[in-house]
This record gives sequence, structure tokens and C-alpha cells, in this order.
Amino acid sequence: MDEGITIKIAGQAGQGIQTIGAALCNIFKRSGLHIFASQDYMSRIRGGNNFFQLRVSGKPISTLRQKSDITAALDKESVQLHRNDVASGGIIVFDKAKFNFSGQDNLLFDVPFYSLANAIGESDIFINSVCCGAVAGLARINPDYLELVIRDLFAEKDEEIISKNVKAAQAGYNFARDNFKDDKFKVAPAPAGKNLLMNGNDAIALGAIRAGCKFYSAYPMSPSTGIMNVVAHYANRFNIIVEQAEDEIAAINMVIGASFAGARSMTATSGGGLALMVEGLSLAAMTETPVVVVDAQRPAPATGFPTRTEQADLNFLIHAGHGEFAKVIYAPGTIQEAFYLTVKAFNIAEKYQIPVLIMTDQHLADSLQDIEGFDLNKAGVRRFIISKEDSKKISGYKRYQLTDSGISPRAIPSWIEDVIYADSDEHNEEGHITEEAQMRIQMVKKRFYRKMAGLAQETEKPTVYNAEKAQTLLLGFGSTYGVLKETCEVLGKDFGFVHLSQVWPFPSLELSPLLKNKKNVLTVENNAGSQLAGLLMRETGIKANRSILRYDGRPFNPDYLIEQIKAEQIK
Amino acid sequence: MNINDLKSNDEIAWCPGCGDFGILNACKKALVAIDRQPKDILFVSGIGQAAKLPHYIRCNCFNGLHGRALPAAVGAKIANHNLTVIVTTGDGDCYGEGGNHLLHNIRRNVDITVIVCNNQIYGLTKGQASPTTDLGYETKVQVDGVILEPLHPLEMAIALGCGFVARGYSADSEHLSWLITEGIKHKGFSLIDVLQPCVSFNKKNTYEWYAKRVYKVNADASYNPQDKAAAYQKAAEWGERIPIGLIYRQEKKTYEDRRGLNESNLLIDEDIKDMDIRKELGEFF
Repeated sequence: MDEGITIKIAGQAGQGIQTIGAALCNIFKRSGLHIFASQDYMSRIRGGNNFFQLRVSGKPISTLRQKSDITAALDKESVQLHRNDVASGGIIVFDKAKFNFSGQDNLLFDVPFYSLANAIGESDIFINSVCCGAVAGLARINPDYLELVIRDLFAEKDEEIISKNVKAAQAGYNFARDNFKDDKFKVAPAPAGKNLLMNGNDAIALGAIRAGCKFYSAYPMSPSTGIMNVVAHYANRFNIIVEQAEDEIAAINMVIGASFAGARSMTATSGGGLALMVEGLSLAAMTETPVVVVDAQRPAPATGFPTRTEQADLNFLIHAGHGEFAKVIYAPGTIQEAFYLTVKAFNIAEKYQIPVLIMTDQHLADSLQDIEGFDLNKAGVRRFIISKEDSKKISGYKRYQLTDSGISPRAIPSWIEDVIYADSDEHNEEGHITEEAQMRIQMVKKRFYRKMAGLAQETEKPTVYNAEKAQTLLLGFGSTYGVLKETCEVLGKDFGFVHLSQVWPFPSLELSPLLKNKKNVLTVENNAGSQLAGLLMRETGIKANRSILRYDGRPFNPDYLIEQIKAEQIK
Repeated sequence: MNINDLKSNDEIAWCPGCGDFGILNACKKALVAIDRQPKDILFVSGIGQAAKLPHYIRCNCFNGLHGRALPAAVGAKIANHNLTVIVTTGDGDCYGEGGNHLLHNIRRNVDITVIVCNNQIYGLTKGQASPTTDLGYETKVQVDGVILEPLHPLEMAIALGCGFVARGYSADSEHLSWLITEGIKHKGFSLIDVLQPCVSFNKKNTYEWYAKRVYKVNADASYNPQDKAAAYQKAAEWGERIPIGLIYRQEKKTYEDRRGLNESNLLIDEDIKDMDIRKELGEFF
């Protein structure tokens, strides 16, 4: 794997781990380095043990490593909890005096966070800045960036607080530089980059704004809440209404109502909330009302691990909604894909008048990565409603007019002179309730067969890496993209991968020729049930040789995956 | 607009003698009185006999899920607050399945009018107790009679601060149409509970039963619907005498006021062709 270092900041909830982590991300990004960072946090507000892991490299990266070179431990427990994950040659940065540690431990590099903080600010609160500085010092980063980022971070505070934090950071930096003589954690500086720093939730929120989402309603649920926060942050600028719902059932029904009235609308939740929305998905399908729904997965069943990651909602989403109807499920593999596919989700939902789901997970939702910006030309809004202008020419409107494509021209209430009837009961072309058998057949064909036929032309193509030459193909979906890529790069020419960013309709036509005649097909899944392998079998008849599964609530990383592949003696 | 403009071609599927006919007529009269075009009126409903009403009137209609009429109506109203949005729902739909939405939409105070066709029984599922069925009433399921305290929707709505709380009677279509007209005119969430005999399944709360009991509270000039304590007392009256009319009214800021919706474009009128997010992307640098 490439050069570069992995840094971990560990401590209790409430100790400011995320603040330190975010500041370090910024410092390294400004130094022209690429970063990938993720938070591992517990579902509590104070205490416990949380960590922020940050990988820094001269090359673009999109996954973490198993072990860390620098671990900054903000409490005693962190030293014990994380010492097994210290990389060969790595260190644990720790304030020995504060925690009365007098023993010999070769892993420890003693930085007096607390006394440095108190010397400058007469308060423990400055230890975050000291810690941030110490890590930057170990990595020999240009200290100018340190000051810049600390100033940015505390921009809303008084100058006194800002300058104390800058001094605290500098004290940490100087201490590390002067007392840790080895340059082994030095990362080569590069020209300052123009990259953006964001996570999957940010990308989805920005995609929604770009796509013209005007109504967003959700009930807060980790790890989806970040999307609502970002949309709300920009809501006034873009005249978007963000409405916190009383429950997920209200959220999806409000979204459907707003969409029926003519506003592009969206909701996001995690598996438990999606379970409540399922009837709403089927309502959207029946009334042919476009909606975009995000499932940021977390380990289940029930409440599960609220702040951790899993990909076990695959089968659930494919089957979500009683009855039979067309829908689409995207599973973005990268932050870029999360953005582009959100825009596409709105366009496809509107074109086919169907629910479109975006399946992410905590790992993609919360992981920070530096990315080149987005090409907005590739993220254009395409509209599929009868425009206000054209509405004036409409008469004798039938909401569910039968067509070859299954798509009826969609009018907006009050724009046309006619009235519009939409119904969750089976209905005729006018939208009135019917129990007539022939009409039922026509409507089922419309909502299901005909729309699915159209959607077959819209498939998001799988991403393919070394598929032709490889003996062994890894097959994954969603957030594992970066892991699959780096794993195959390390394992060499006999390994390739196929990554699905659309899992429904299942891209059988695209996938079958790639997987046929391969010695090994291995699915890589963050679940226990080999759900992707099962889906592959059902949809293509291709049987995966094996599945590499992880279901401890933690994301894959290349070290873990390579170890598993080797353990399976796959060549 | 006259009443014929509101005529729908859809065949009515209610039982002969159903109280819903009176409610349908009252709705039509009220819409004539407020004089808006059918294209600017949206009826939203859930499931139940009351939820079929929007099909029988020529206005926009969104007939959604059981219990979920309110959130769908609120979403539509927020997207286009020029629409006059009316919900027709029932005691099962609104007070049972959708109870949580009633609580929170009274708080939200979006300018919609909610007409609850309250027949105190489940009609469409053939006669089980509803949240408002009287204590002791025997059904095929509640074989020893209802043992759950009935929900008191008017008291509940007043307690939650609903700005317009009324009760109508389906057999007095003229009076009911006045209430609906006032409810539509009221800025904010209006709740109109309508006593409605179910000729098929409610053998207790019949036309005869109501005729002996209902009286018009607003006929008494001394009754002040703005007096919350008096309104609460009136709302609790149920037995030998049952008040109908405008029980409680209080002007308050609507959701639209608090959001400033009237100061910006309708959401549906926003041009979304090319949303410029370059500045926002820059903030992620």
C-alpha cells in the first residue's frame, strides 16, 4: 500500500475528538495532501470511547487502514483499547503526568497536553489545540497551516480565545518537533490543493439542492441526520422548506403531499425509520408521485448499533413496499457518486413518477474525504412535468392516462384548469376508485412492467476494475468501493472488482458477461447474510464462490479484506 | 362558481341514508360560499367512507393512506399555499390510525381545514369500535362492550391550542356548511368534528338519538367561543344535550406566517433548472 500515515485520536465522548480530527483534516488538506477520515463513535453524549481516524497520503485515497501510525490517546483507557491497532513503528501520544503513568512503555510518546494547555490558557479546554499541534508537529507539517486552520475553527470566538488556541497548538507542535527527533511520520508536502472536504451526507444534501429539492421532511435518525442539517443550513438561500416531522410516517407522507402539489421533495432516515416509511413508498408508487428517500444504513435489527455501519438493508429495500411496482435503488460507492446519483435520483423519480431510494451507510455518510469538486454540467436537472405554460393548453386531463411507456403526463394542481384525482386505491385513468379487472391489469402493467422496461434503459453502469484479466473478481456495492479498489491494487493482476452503484433494478445485463467464466467470484458485503450473493443468484443464476462478510458494525478496510482473502486461500 | 361546477361524475359508493351525504352537500355549499375555483381547491383524505368524499366533488383530490391524510395535506399546502386544502377524514382515520399527526399538526398550525366524519364506529371494516365509540357499546370484537374511555376530540383540540374547534351534525347541512365556510376562512388549522349517524353499524347514535340531543351553541348570544374555559366546558358536554357549533376560536400565527411563506415564491413556482451551488461548494474547501 502507499506511503502516508494513519492517525487516530481517541478518548471519551465530549473530549473534542471530532474537533481535533476535523482540524487535522483541514491542516493536511491545505498542505496538499489527500485524506480519508472516519469517526467511530458511540451512541452517547459523554464518556465511553470514541475515536477519529484519519489517513493522509500523497495519492488520492478512499479507504482507511486497519492500524495507526500515530494514536493520540486523550484518556488512559484509550491506550489499552487501541494499542493492538498500533502499526509497526507506530506510537501512542499520551500525557503521562496527567494520568499518573510512571511505568515503562515503549509505545508511548509523552506529550504533557494538560500542563502545556494550562501554561497558556490556564484551562484544560486548550488540550484539543495542543493535541492538534502535536500531531501536526510529528508529521512535520508547515506550522503556518496550523495557525490558519485554528483561526478558522474558532473564527466566531473572541480574539483572546483564538490566540490562546493558536499558542496552545504551537506549543504542542514545538514540543513534538523538538522531542520526537525521528522524521518517520513526515508526510511529503505538495502544492496546496483546491479539493473540497466533505462526507457522504454533505454530498447528498448538496445533490438535493442542486436537483431543485424544495421540500425536505425527516425525523432525525443517525446516521442520516447530517443530510437534514446541511439542507437546513442552506434552506433560506434556496427557498427550501425543511420540516422536522413528528415521525417517519409523517415525513414520507408530507413529502408525497408536497411532491403531488409540484415541489421536488425528499426524506432521509436509517433502517428503523425506513421500516415506518414502507407503506409510504407503496403510496408513492400507487399514486405515481415521485419521491427520493435515503436509507443511511446502520446495524440492525431494531435499534441495533445507532452509530455504526452495516449493509444489511439490501434485501429489505429491494422488497420495501407491499405489492408490485417499479422503483430504483442507488448505492453510491464514493462521495462523488453520492452527489451525482442524488441528482439522478430526482430526475428519474420525476421522469418515471416513482420512489427512488439512495442506500448509503454510516461509513459513507460520515467519512470525510477530500474530493475534486463536482462537474455541475454532469448534474443537470431534467424536468418531466407539464410546464406552467403548457398547462394552459390542457383539457380533459386524466392523471393516469394509459400510455406505452407507462408514464402519464403529470400535471400540477392549479396550473391546469382541470382538476386532478390521485388515489391509493386501485383507480381508473381519471384517478377514481375502480374494482374492474381489466383496468386493474392495465394499471399493474403501467406501474410495474412498463416502467421497469423504461428503467432498464437508465441503468447506472457498474464500475469495473481489471475484470478481463483477473482470475478472481470481487463484487460489492455501496460504501465498499474504496476498499475494493485498494485491495485489488495491492493484490495485483489476478484480482479485479465490479462495484454496483445501482442495485435495483439489478444490472443483470451488465453484470453477467463480466462474471461469466471467472475462476472465483467473491462478494464483499458488510452483512451476515450474503445478501448480494443471493441477489446475484436470483437475478442472473450466477453463483458466487464465496462471500467475505463483516458484520461487527465496523467498516471494511483493505488490510482486513486482504487478510480474509488470504485466509480463504484464494489466489 | 355555482354548485353544479362541483359535480363529480364518479358514482357514489356510500350506503343509502349515510350521514356522509349531508357532509358532502355542506362541503359543496361552503365552497360556493368561499368562491374559489375547483382547480385551486385540494381535498385530501385517508381511508374509510369519509375518505371517499373527495371523489364525489369536482376539486383536486389526493386520497392517500389510512391515517395519513394530515401529513399529505400539510405537505401539499406548504408546497403551494395558494391551494385551499380540506381534509375529509373519519374517527378511525384521524383519531385512531393518524392520532399522532392530529396532535402535531394542531401544533404546526398550517392553514388547512379538517372535517372529521365522526360516526363513532368503524364502517368500512364492518362495525368494530372506533376511538369515539361510547363506553359499553357491544360489537363483534368488543363482545362485552367497549371498555376504553372514548377520545374527546374537541377537549383535546382546545387543550392543544387549536385555533378553530367546531362540531357539526350531518343532518343539519346548512349549519354544517356555515361551520365549514368559517373553518376555511380561519387562518390556521381548523378542526370540525361532525356527528354522523352510521345507518349500517351504529345502532345507538342514530338520527333519532341525535335529534333529541343536539342544540346550537351559537344561538345563545352570550356564548363566547373565545373564552377558553367556557369552550372547554362546552366541549365536554355529552349526554342528554350535545352542543354543536363553533366551540372555540382563537386567532394565532399560522405556520405560513412563522415560516414567512407569503414573502417568497410558492415552492412549486421556483425555477429549479440550474441551481447555482458553486458558492456552497466553496464553503467545503
